This record gives sequence, structure tokens and C-alpha cells, in this order.
Amino acid sequence: MSDILVSEQSAPGADGSGRPSGRLLEVDDLRVEFRTRDGVAKVINGVTYHVDAGETLAVLGESGSGKSVTAQTIMGILDTPPGFVTGGQVRFHGRDMLKMSAEERRRIRGEGIAMIFQDSLSALNPVFTVGFQVAEQFRIRRGMSRADAKKRAIEMLDQVKIPNAKGRYGNYPHQFSGGMRQRAMIAMSLALDPEVLIADEPTTALDVTVQAQIMDLLGELQRERRMGMILITHDLGVVADVADRIAVMYAGRIVEEADVYDLYAKPAHPYTLGLLDSIPRMDEKGQELRTIKGLPPNLMNIPPGCPFNPRCPMAQPVCREKVPPLLQIGRGRASACHFAEELVSRD
Amino acid sequence: MTENIIEVRDLVKHYPVTRGIVFKKTVGQVKAVDGVSFDLKAGETLGVVGESGCGKSTLSRVLMNLEKPTAGTVRYKGQDISKLSGGALRRLRRQIQLVMQDPYTSLNPRMTVGDLIGEPFEIHPEVAPKGSRRNKVKELLDLVGLNPEHINRYPHQFSGGQRQRIGIARALALRPEVIVCDEPVSALDVSIQAQVMNLLEKLQNEFGLSYVFIAHDLSVVRHLSDRVAVMYLGKMVEVGTEDEIYERPTHPYTQALLSAVPVPDPTLRENKAIIRLTGDVPSPVSPPSGCRFRTRCWKAQDVCAQEVPLLQIRRGTDHPSACHFAEKREIVATHEA
Repeated sequence: MSDILVSEQSAPGADGSGRPSGRLLEVDDLRVEFRTRDGVAKVINGVTYHVDAGETLAVLGESGSGKSVTAQTIMGILDTPPGFVTGGQVRFHGRDMLKMSAEERRRIRGEGIAMIFQDSLSALNPVFTVGFQVAEQFRIRRGMSRADAKKRAIEMLDQVKIPNAKGRYGNYPHQFSGGMRQRAMIAMSLALDPEVLIADEPTTALDVTVQAQIMDLLGELQRERRMGMILITHDLGVVADVADRIAVMYAGRIVEEADVYDLYAKPAHPYTLGLLDSIPRMDEKGQELRTIKGLPPNLMNIPPGCPFNPRCPMAQPVCREKVPPLLQIGRGRASACHFAEELVSRD
Repeated sequence: MTENIIEVRDLVKHYPVTRGIVFKKTVGQVKAVDGVSFDLKAGETLGVVGESGCGKSTLSRVLMNLEKPTAGTVRYKGQDISKLSGGALRRLRRQIQLVMQDPYTSLNPRMTVGDLIGEPFEIHPEVAPKGSRRNKVKELLDLVGLNPEHINRYPHQFSGGQRQRIGIARALALRPEVIVCDEPVSALDVSIQAQVMNLLEKLQNEFGLSYVFIAHDLSVVRHLSDRVAVMYLGKMVEVGTEDEIYERPTHPYTQALLSAVPVPDPTLRENKAIIRLTGDVPSPVSPPSGCRFRTRCWKAQDVCAQEVPLLQIRRGTDHPSACHFAEKREIVATHEA
């Protein structure tokens, strides 16, 4: 098992918070597969990452890389069947959540770890008012009266800067615009003051000007509450703006983990390099975009060796035989490439 | 000077808002496109950017003659396309083709790739005689970077990027002069998006195509476009060359839009001046009087509520902008490499 699992020793996010060294949330060598009629898809193949109070970890990956399934497993909302956890741990304050009873997990959801989703229209219940859905948690989890819960819910809506929160309390989700719904969802997820917030593509469905508003709001609330945040996204621009650390996923594995500045300055995995090269950049108009050739692998049939080898411009015979472990290559940096050192040292 | 292949003048498209089932009455108009004029030159790419609800997709539908304009004209080589019918309309349809956003729903799942790409030939048999059609389809598959042997496969056997290539092959089948691309890469992953963008560029060079490239992603638009038009609530607020719009934007909305685009470079975090717009886009059923952007604009004065600013070149600017107080402002060039 040790060839996949190499967690880093040095504490990142050195912001002198003075918290005990115990990690807030750790995912440790997690493995998940989907058993379907057509076969077994190995969706998560040994994912290890962690997030501490007050820091933002961005999990970057394209569709099918397993970034959302990891989040669903953390939250305990993985669809079973078809999804099955086949190995690994998810530790919250050092305790493995996968071994907890359903009741214990339920207590962590909302108060310990909360999540916001990409598609706010389908995440909110269309037949209840937005205010009711925010207030519900105060009544059920905090045992508040209807009137108190309503007061707290309006405060929450106000905190996420919904104009005229009092008047908007009785509106249904369809009466809100996309940006407002996302704000309402943030209010719901933060209502019980969670220690970790998982944001799964929170701005993908929004326009750029609204996206900027929402990312600002999330950043502000995170700083105020010293929350740990896991930001799941495919947008390299958003990541550059808000993340402290980045974990890049490919075919159910972390292929690179690094501080945000290091990753953009010198990627240590050819996949990360390829991703950075293939974004059209607004501040430089090039001729032809460099691309990553080919397609991501079929998860029912992941190629032997490094899963990226069929698309990799640097692939050597060893890449087709040996799975490269995620190895530490510097302070707070890890890469799962046989040639990571060469990649970082070259100009 | 290259000729204008498409000329759009004062184009208006309103959709009625009705109430009642048996006795329908019109209670309002959704002003999806409200007075838009522009030219498309042969061989160029005109990018159209704007946020959701600004009317860019309605514009594409009117350009394709899928919707009749409420007022105004779209001329293709001098002919008013909404006045054509019968054979003339069919000939026109050959020349303007569409690539759609969603590669998952725009292909009929029961048809093979060969049938999908070959279908245009059934409607326009003069382009390819029956015997040669299969070969033509194979050529097209090869052209867009798909394996010609996959001609008998169904859409579900392809990935998103490959499906978008099928959509492009289908649009190319009749050798059109203009392709309207409505968000062609927004459903794709970054690495695949780059492949499709390179393909579009290659095809343009090869066949001398003109593109109307509609997208909400400003960096994608910049990469492909020669000229860019910015839309807000059914109006064009600024038009210019790619350089003029991105380096010297003069309309406050363009400036805000550009500043909000996250740049994939963490070192720019601190020195990026971001203009934060408040609120949402107003409803197109009852847009604000005067300048439509005034409700979110930090420069708004009394005149903005009274007078609709015209899209024109003003003192101190070098390209048309629909703002009473248009002035240059550097947004993107925050660092020198």
C-alpha cells in the first residue's frame, strides 16, 4: 500500500494559526469503484489529500477525474450502489468517518462539513420557499422555534448579501436568479457554522461578473470563520485567484500537489503542464494552442503503468510498466511522475 | 477592402409574453435583441460576447433564419434573408451553417455518424451525387480529425469533444461560406476545448470561412476573433478589433466584464484591479430606460436614464462604444512578460 500513499510531512499553509498539528480533514488512500452492468469502473484509485482550518485546497481536474466522487464520499452521499468504497479512510479530527454510524455522520454533516453544489436550481427544493429551507436546519438541528429560526435565517440571507433578505424570505427558488440561488445555497451550507466547506464547482453555471461576486463572498466568509475550504473546479483561472494549495487529479489519482504559486510557475507533472498550456489566455494572444493529444482513459480499462502515459509527450517505456507513486519532490510539493525532477529542473 | 458577406441593420427580435390559455393576450415583450447592427466581412471571425440573457443566442437564430426578425434586416450578399422562400431560401441555407453548443443533444442518438453528416446531402443533392456520398462523409471525418472507419458508429460511442467534431463536420458538409458557432466549446474540458479551437482555426484557413463566434468565455473569444462585439440586454455596447476591445475598452460594461475574468496566474492576485458589479442583469421584459447598463454602472448620471447612448465613435476613442462617458481604461495588460 505504501507505494501509492506518500503523504507530505511538512505543514503547508504556514499562516501561524497556532492550531494543534492534527489535521482537520484528511482523505487517506481512498478507493472507490462503480459496479455497473457493463463492468467495474475504478473511479478513485488512492486519493490522499487534507485541508486545515482557514486554508483553501483546490482540487483541479477534468470531467471524470473523480474530484466530485471524492467529495461525495467525504460527505457520505455517494450513491451505493453503484458506488462502493473499497479502501482508505476519511478522517475528520483524526476519526475515520467511514467507520462511523449513520447517526454520527449525520451530526457531522452541516456542523462539521458542509457542501455547496454546482447546480443550485436542482439542489434547492422547488416546492419550499428559500427561507424555509434555510430555517429548517435551525429548527431541526438547533431546536429553535419557528419564529427564532426565521429570524436566524433572515440574518443568514443578509450575511450572504441577498438584498431585502426579509422580503425575499418567502420567495421560491425559481423566483431567484442564478447568482442569488447560489448565495442562498451558501447561506444554507454555512447556517450551522461548519469547519470545512466543500464547494463543488460553485460558479461554473454563472456568468463571469456574478462568478466574481460569489468567489468574493466565499473568500470573505471563509476568512471570517476560519473555515477550511475544498474548492472543486476545472477552471484554472478561478484556482489561481483563490487557492492556497492545489491537488491535480487525473483518472482517479492525485498526479500533482503543490502550493499555488509553485504549480503555476513550474508544474511538476506533464498533465498539469499540458493543462496550463491549453488555456487560451486573455493577456497573451498566441497562434496555435498547445493541446493534450487524445482523450482521458476509460475508467473501466485504465492503461497499465502511469494512467497518463498514452497522452504524455514525455512517455518512456518505464511509464507503461510502473505506476509512478505520488512522491515528495520539495517542500510541500508532490508529483506522480517518473520524471518529475527533470520536469522541474528544466527551463 | 474585403466585402461584407453579412450585413445586419437595426435588428430587433421581441418575443411576446402571453397570459391565459384559451383567450391569450399579450402582456409584454421580451426584448431579446433590440436594435443591433453589424457587418461580417469575408474570411473574418466576429466574436460576440455577453452574459446569459443578453440576446446572443437569439441573434444566432435570426442569422440562421430560424426566427423571423420583428424589425430590421439581415442581408447575405445584399439579399434580405427573411424575404427569401422556396429554392432561393434553400440555396441560402447551404451558405450559412450552425455549430451548436451541446454536443450531447444536438445529434440524433438513433442515427449513425455517416447518416448524421450525410443528411445535408439528402436535402441538397446537387452538392454530392448519391454514389459519392459515403466517400465525402469519410473525407469530412478525416478533415475534422476523426477516424473515417468510425462512420457506422452512433453518437453515444464518442466523447464530448469528438461529438463536437461531428457537429463541425456536419456544418462543413455543404461547403458553406459562413458558420455561426453558438458556444461551440463551452461544454468541453480545457484540454479538449483547445483541440476544437485549433480545428476551427485550421478549417477557417483552409476554406476561407467566415465565423460568427458566440461565446461567454472572453479568453476563448479573444483567441479566435478578429473583431469582437460586446452585448448587454439585447444591445451591442461596444464593437472593435480584438485589440481595441481587450486593450482599450471604453464601455464600463466591457471594462467590468474583462476585469472579472480570472487570469490563470496567481502572481497577479494582488495587482489586479477588479471592477465589481453589483446586482444582476435586469429583466429583458422591462429594461431600464436610457442606457440599459445604468442600473449597475458606477458612472451613471441623469442623462443615462433619459437618453439611449448610440453606438458610435466619440471624442478620444477609436472605436464605437455605446456610452455617454466612454473613455479608455487599461484592464488586461497588468503585467509584461
